[in-house]
Amino acid sequence: MCEKDLVIVGAGPAGMAAAISAYESGVRDILLLERDQYLGGILNQCIHTGFGLTYFKENLTGPEYAHRFIKKINAIKEIEVSLKSFAVHLTNENVLTYIKPGALEKIKAKAVIMATGARERTREMVHIPGTRPAGIFSAGLAQKLINIEGLLPGREVVIIGSGDIGLIMARRFILEGAKVKAVIEIQKQSRGLTRNVVQCVEDFGVPFYLSHRIAKIHGKNRVEKVDVVRVDEHLHEVADSMFSIECDTVLISVGLIPENELIEMAGAVIDKKTNTPVAQEINKTSIPGLFVCGNSFKIYDLVDSVSKDSIHAGYQAAEYIRGLG
Amino acid sequence: MIKKITCIECPQGCALSVDIENCRVVKVAGEKCPKGKDYAISEVENPQRILTSAVIGVGLSLKMIPVRTDKPIPKERILEAAGEIRKIKVARAVKSGEIIATNILGLRVNLIVTRDCS
Repeated sequence: MCEKDLVIVGAGPAGMAAAISAYESGVRDILLLERDQYLGGILNQCIHTGFGLTYFKENLTGPEYAHRFIKKINAIKEIEVSLKSFAVHLTNENVLTYIKPGALEKIKAKAVIMATGARERTREMVHIPGTRPAGIFSAGLAQKLINIEGLLPGREVVIIGSGDIGLIMARRFILEGAKVKAVIEIQKQSRGLTRNVVQCVEDFGVPFYLSHRIAKIHGKNRVEKVDVVRVDEHLHEVADSMFSIECDTVLISVGLIPENELIEMAGAVIDKKTNTPVAQEINKTSIPGLFVCGNSFKIYDLVDSVSKDSIHAGYQAAEYIRGLG
Repeated sequence: MIKKITCIECPQGCALSVDIENCRVVKVAGEKCPKGKDYAISEVENPQRILTSAVIGVGLSLKMIPVRTDKPIPKERILEAAGEIRKIKVARAVKSGEIIATNILGLRVNLIVTRDCS
């Protein structure tokens, strides 16, 4: 079994900031694992602006923000980067197993930082009745299809939930020539940032229904229409308020869940409600030497804050390794 | 006339109250930083946005290459500009920051790549 001082899982904004900071805090033997074929994580598909306003005092796109960290990572030879590498097992003694093309690797680390991000909440988690035709996507998947794969998932879109990714995708579909027929939010106010409501929804005259929810999705092979109802302050359906919107695509944008299955496997205490580690201090877990940072520790609104807190994680891991002697 | 707008310069999203006379801004209130006033004036007198999109890569490491305008463009020209950008294909290696199209719609705004692509 191979040994390393520090292994970091995930090379998105959190993992990259943690790796650089651990190096700057004195760690010289770092392995950075990334399951994709590129560094940068979700920033690569976030091609809109709005990143870096506090961290760099500049208005950058996601790829530009990532690029600044990628350049630094590539310049530090003590950070070994392993792409197409997927972590599959972790023990409470920081023994990590990962797969990469043609190999299964097992590694013992003095400290591990999990920067595995989050996944999107699904239709099943918010109980939307109806059929299960083609044409229903999570907002982030649609973002990947359009911005990375060059595929347009639909022509007439209804967006369920007003998370930031859903709002951003309303604009993205419109810029690619599709029609966004409505954004439907069950709460009285937007879940996403007001600036995204302004520049992604209001700018393009997209109908934005607050205090409304989807009563049913219709369609046999492909989505055909959705039924929408108004809800009262207790989120109960208002009688006779139903109307239908014809569409071929439904996007679900109802929040994120931190990915923490590996630390749970290792025996770390997890808050089942938020799927985050229970800890006394930011970036820590109930297992010494096992750290979690970025969206897997808690869901952030801004990548700038992820970078800031993950720099601290790199420092914490370096301190821990130094303490081992 | 008082108009209520939301500043989109940063994620704080300040609620601005803009006093307008004859299509000109005479007073701005509610901003937490100096950008708010500039935004209010621009938003009322000549609203503009940075446009971001992605163009098709032909025979390159990326199928889609993300792009942005190097300066904001008038809001009412956004859809037209997006339509122009959809026609662009890139078949050579490009670096982040490199210009791939100049003078979009005659607006004296260039389109720049935002990600390295080999």
